[in-house]
Amino acid sequence: MSATGIGAPVRRKEDFRFITGKGQYTDDINRPGQTHAAFLRSPHAHATIKKLDISQAQQAEGVIAVLTGDDLAKDGIGGLICGWMIHSKDGSPMKAGSHPALAQGKVRYVGDHIAVVIAETLSQARDAVEKIHVDYELLKPVIDMAHATDSGSPVIHDVSPNNQVYDWHLGDKGATESAFAKAKHVTRLDIVNNRLIPNAMEPRAAIGDYDSGQDAFTLYTTSQNPHVARLVLSAFIGIAPEHKLRVIAPDVGGGFGSKIFIYAEETVCVWAAKKVGRPVKWTGDRTEAFLADAHGRDHITHAEMAMDDKGHILGLRVKTKANLGAYLSTFSSCVPTYLYAPLLSGQYNIPAIYVEVEGLYTNTAPVDAYRGAGRPEATFVIERMVEVAAREMGQDPAAFRRRNFIKSFPHQTPVIMAYDTGNYGASMDLALEMADYKNFGKRKRDSAKKGMLRGIGFSAYIEACGIAPSAAVGSLGAGVGLWESAEVRVNPVGTVEVLTGSHSHGQGHETTFAQLVSDRLGISIDQVAIVHGDTDKVQFGMGTYGSRSGAVGMSAISKALDKVVAKAKKVAAYALEASEGDIEFKDGRFSVAGTDRSLAFGEVALQAYIAHKFSGQELEPGLKEGAFYDPTNFTFPSGVHICELEIDPDTGVTRIDRWTAVDDFGNIINPMIVEGQVHGGIAQGVGQALLEGAHYDANGQLVTASYMDYCMPRADDLPSFDIGMTTTPCTTNPLGIKGCGEAGAIAAPPAVINAITDALGHEQIAMPASPQAVWRAAQKSLHKLAAE
Amino acid sequence: MYAFAYQRPTTVRQVQSALGKHDDAKLLAGGQTLLPTMKQRLASPSAVIDLGHVAGLSAIEKKGRNIVIGAMVRHADVATSDLVREAIPALAALAGGIGDPAVRNRGTIGGSVANNDPSADYPAALLALGATIVTNKRKIAADDFFQGMFTTALDDGEIITKVSFPVPAKAAYVKFPNPASRYAMVGVFVSKKGSDVKVAVTGASNEGVFRAAGLEAALKAKFNAKAVEGVAVDGSNFISDIHGTADYRANLVNVMTKRAVTKALGK
Repeated sequence: MSATGIGAPVRRKEDFRFITGKGQYTDDINRPGQTHAAFLRSPHAHATIKKLDISQAQQAEGVIAVLTGDDLAKDGIGGLICGWMIHSKDGSPMKAGSHPALAQGKVRYVGDHIAVVIAETLSQARDAVEKIHVDYELLKPVIDMAHATDSGSPVIHDVSPNNQVYDWHLGDKGATESAFAKAKHVTRLDIVNNRLIPNAMEPRAAIGDYDSGQDAFTLYTTSQNPHVARLVLSAFIGIAPEHKLRVIAPDVGGGFGSKIFIYAEETVCVWAAKKVGRPVKWTGDRTEAFLADAHGRDHITHAEMAMDDKGHILGLRVKTKANLGAYLSTFSSCVPTYLYAPLLSGQYNIPAIYVEVEGLYTNTAPVDAYRGAGRPEATFVIERMVEVAAREMGQDPAAFRRRNFIKSFPHQTPVIMAYDTGNYGASMDLALEMADYKNFGKRKRDSAKKGMLRGIGFSAYIEACGIAPSAAVGSLGAGVGLWESAEVRVNPVGTVEVLTGSHSHGQGHETTFAQLVSDRLGISIDQVAIVHGDTDKVQFGMGTYGSRSGAVGMSAISKALDKVVAKAKKVAAYALEASEGDIEFKDGRFSVAGTDRSLAFGEVALQAYIAHKFSGQELEPGLKEGAFYDPTNFTFPSGVHICELEIDPDTGVTRIDRWTAVDDFGNIINPMIVEGQVHGGIAQGVGQALLEGAHYDANGQLVTASYMDYCMPRADDLPSFDIGMTTTPCTTNPLGIKGCGEAGAIAAPPAVINAITDALGHEQIAMPASPQAVWRAAQKSLHKLAAE
Repeated sequence: MYAFAYQRPTTVRQVQSALGKHDDAKLLAGGQTLLPTMKQRLASPSAVIDLGHVAGLSAIEKKGRNIVIGAMVRHADVATSDLVREAIPALAALAGGIGDPAVRNRGTIGGSVANNDPSADYPAALLALGATIVTNKRKIAADDFFQGMFTTALDDGEIITKVSFPVPAKAAYVKFPNPASRYAMVGVFVSKKGSDVKVAVTGASNEGVFRAAGLEAALKAKFNAKAVEGVAVDGSNFISDIHGTADYRANLVNVMTKRAVTKALGK
């Protein structure tokens, strides 16, 4: 391993600029003549707009334009789209209601966009927003998804009279029923996966710019996938053809999925830039982020699992209602279907699985992918189920899991996925040892002496990353392919620029991608620049989400590097006057086998560009190669997390005492960055389990619309994590990488809840397990114990 | 934020006259409540009168058996004051636990007391220590000062200049922070001086900070945590929200009182 190659814990190159305040986020960018946009948002969850009077706002000081849904329609600007078609059981396509960027006659959630004011200053724009007068006719809102399809429910979109987007299923119903018929024990559980609000550190922002000389647009925006944004804004929304629209996603401060999607604000800013003839800037404030960023999770599930008398799982039956909010966001339809149900086999050999999912409209913010996207929901179901099943059958939860682990690979599950490799027992062994499981009983007794309740909980998770084989997702309804592209440009003196379609918004690509180049070409990472986030620089790309940048994005770079090395060998052969077959490349030097003649990588690069030693007819000058990489399978990171915690029964406060995380991410490029991803993921997962939960009141007002009420995890909510790794390299990509970005957020919630229920002797507690909820459960549990 | 007039007087008299000149003026002390509210356009005072340059409001002194703290003294200064730490360590600890460092270095005792936020920490200390609020017009006993959520005995044009705290024999403050905001969901300040015991509760009630008579009676009989065991706390007018219902808060009042007593006893 070289100092900056694969496997080295290199410090992040990008951090110097971030910690010295030199990052360039969208809001740091100011264009000459820039104007400011402020949106009028609906204060009501569900209403028709009887009258929209903008005349006073138009007259207000500093106002340049007030634009509404009518103006968008007049310009032929289309609505926002959902890019994944899901078909119901009966074969009918999902019922996608129209999603105008500015309301056309109706508002469907608090925060919905009605009009935009563009003014000289932000203050003037906000003042003028208050001068827009709207006559609303209030409609009854649908807030509780459990009752969304009740007869007599208000209709949110005419296209779906019962508020159902789809009624979808996966798996073999008959085989699953047979499995249950043979069962000796059935575990049943009602499970809620709480609704979350993403809260990236940087709120969303956009600057639309229009060059009338070129008749071309530029959009600066907080995007995880600028090319996808350009594609959607061009091909579907109709802003401008792709060659007339440049999308730049500069430094982006966290995404967690919420910045994948194409929202109303950036659509309006880029369109309005041409209308007002000046750049238009919008930076969301935190309240807008709470109200109108796509939320995550929000499932209600009933699950049943069938076991034989020894505790072998025979079958799993799952019925889920998924809240999709008021409109279908960009990828919302696939999250509770194809990103969820195929993961319900977990790490277990389950012969039969049948899953039904109902997607539902409610008068709440749209719900879409959030760190893990479907896989945390699936993991929560299966890991709660195995925990409860083990307990009901009187078995040790670790032993129950081990009994049911998949032990031979490849393994085809009954729900699409074919796991290529893994060693679940090895992760469990290491985790039990690191967690000192054998002495847990002693620690529990010690806690009891202090009046505290101690519990331990497991989560043996699996996820599907490296999204995704294009043909496979196409057959499942995706509107795009999910390959990745890369271009490696070698400069004449051997420095390298890598253009990637992946996008870094906290993941550290400028370091890890450079490490791959350093490793392959034998040069230092200081000689490598990673270029991303600009559609005028990078030819195309699908962006960063689903822990795909390593497995897919870097595989594309790897492929391009192979081509660079192959070409460079040809150049070296001419320069060293040897035959190509005799050229060896190692540690950054091209040498002639069996001789002491060699050239450094930089010298060969120079030879490629000066082209003195070969003719252009024999070999093209220059050294630049590109590649598109389309994966052949998902990757399957997995692991075992063990949470040990202590509950104060007097207050219900839960303190996590120990956290053991053993993950199998396949090969690792930078262990320091991977650990950071695990830490952040666990923090978000603990947030979901203990602290976070979006709450709408019966009128559809978001009660948790600020940090006064929405509880984010803080450093003192978390222990120091004990991190271990096991490695089974992925067999389906050239680097053996599986991906690590979402693992912690997927693994953590069931580990926490299983530990709490273990401490309390209770089977169920809802997330977030707030002090109040835990106190109530603890009181019940203590009464029960006292009665026994 | 809406436009407003800004004034920066240097004497209490000038403050008073500035208040008389504007219909809807607000005094700016540390600004930790006022400024965020203005930024969110939830408050739109016609004028903001900045107390930051008014002389004579920023001292911490020992006067006889009392600790006297100027209205403009920042939480961080109370927390680190040798005088306060020696005489009333519970008060210094309370100040050191308000908000975060940024809040503690701007927020003032006068601002906190005048605002009487139902979740603020200081009001509990004033009530439980039997403090006196000194204004430009009079002296008001803490028991008479706090009159319900965001409501005080202050008249129009009345300005807090200092707060005077009698030194107790024993005292402690324990709070249960709201998991999200970390404001006190329940904060209990307990003090003992001679045979007198006072217990003040913040964060819990719809009526703001209050003294808990039942707990005081139990602790007067015997000042230890066990004395509080089983003493009912009437939660009928307590706050119920997504973080805690009234009965949960009532339980917390009992538990925090026990912990405060234990702490006051130095255990």
